Amino acid sequence: MNNWIDPFRNPAVADVLAGRIGDLGRQLAVRRPGPIRIMEVCGSHTMSIARYGLRDLLPPQVDLVSGPGCPVCVTDTGYLDTAICLARQGVIIATFGDMLNVPGSDTTLGRVRSEGARIEVCYSPSEALAHARQNPGREVVFLAIGFETTIGPVISLIDPARTEGLKNLSLLVAFKRIPPALALLRADPELAIDAFLCPAHVSAIIGAHAYDFLTGPKGIPCVIAGFEPLDILIGIDHILQQKMKGEARVENLYNRVVRENGNLRAQALIDRILEPVSTPWRGLGILPDSGLALRPDYADFDAPRKLGVPLKTGVPPTACRCGDVIKGKLHPPECPLFGLACNPDHPVGPCMVSAEGSCAAAFKYARLALSPSNCVVHQPD
Amino acid sequence: MCLAIPMLLIEVKPNGTGIVELNGLQQEVNLGLVEDARPGRYVIVHAGFAIETLDEVQARELIDLFAQLAAQIPNPPTSERTGQPA
Ligand code: SF4
Repeated sequence: MNNWIDPFRNPAVADVLAGRIGDLGRQLAVRRPGPIRIMEVCGSHTMSIARYGLRDLLPPQVDLVSGPGCPVCVTDTGYLDTAICLARQGVIIATFGDMLNVPGSDTTLGRVRSEGARIEVCYSPSEALAHARQNPGREVVFLAIGFETTIGPVISLIDPARTEGLKNLSLLVAFKRIPPALALLRADPELAIDAFLCPAHVSAIIGAHAYDFLTGPKGIPCVIAGFEPLDILIGIDHILQQKMKGEARVENLYNRVVRENGNLRAQALIDRILEPVSTPWRGLGILPDSGLALRPDYADFDAPRKLGVPLKTGVPPTACRCGDVIKGKLHPPECPLFGLACNPDHPVGPCMVSAEGSCAAAFKYARLALSPSNCVVHQPD
Repeated sequence: MCLAIPMLLIEVKPNGTGIVELNGLQQEVNLGLVEDARPGRYVIVHAGFAIETLDEVQARELIDLFAQLAAQIPNPPTSERTGQPA
């Protein structure tokens, strides 16, 4: 085996699983009215579902909705406004590329870069260390956004920066934790979520037990699955099997990567450097304990405090329905701007910017309508 | 943004980094977040960091299950689309 990807894209198995899901869907339909609503909260799931046309394989009794799975899409407008303000003040902004075109209240980081601001796109947060070394006279601020998956890599900047004595590096922190968002979505009667397809790589960090609180007698099935097409289909299959038996358990089908207790080394690092705080999510509002901020011992890395520029409150574009898309209340094509005023070249909202945003994924793959039969030839780039 | 892919770890360096490979392409990764990174293991790489190691025993279990499902198909067609037995 030369990789661990291809076996999870076998189209013949996709057909068998789709058949099984269809059978289970029909059996469940006899027992209860309305579709089973399964929410996924992982940008990689959103992309795979769109790329491989998995929705087309599901029976009408299964409604797959995308939740807040993309950290860029849930980043508050005010955060971008603050980053843009820092860039205009002459700070070097180091960031993941996805953030460049996310609309702030009135412009984007990409636009202020074309006006002369210095914005460095990083594949890895470690690159921010190099920028700080090479520019000793200027402050370098890393845009520290992300879910549990990304938090470890980002805060791994801090110890080497301290050891080296780099004084010109700080973070604009807006990290988010997935479990509190799931709790809120689960409690929303309008959403009526029947099960979560839990994220793959967030779970690698927090572990399978992190979802225990959502299960049990009053809970719903929480099934962790990888993001290849067969992973997702078998995840849906197991959710429906739990529904048939009236169960609500955590099942870990991505146990090739996700351990029961997660990545303890990453958790220890997060715990040492960060503490829980309430934080705003675009579309969801302020959720208690859903964010992580630097502990007082690391205040010298906290850009707003260090530079005296507090985080702003922003105004999202009024016509954008990202809030509803992020909550799973609206499928992207139902937004009146979708594909018209809002497209990947001219995104109105963040869901159209990041490749993993629900709107961008829906736009990119809508017309391809891939069937599982061509899974193997259309490999992700 | 949470995209992470399995890559083969081919070298571990004393400074806590390593070299991984996928489809002939190599890159450097930080190994500071994983415990049992040894050459020959697959690691899950995200943003230049290994965030977990891949458990090949568990991976094979699922692949075997998929093979059993594929075997349920009466006449497995040789797929023109992939050129391989489907
Ligand atoms: S299509 Fe554009 S405007 Fe509509 S919800 Fe998506 S990102 Fe917002």
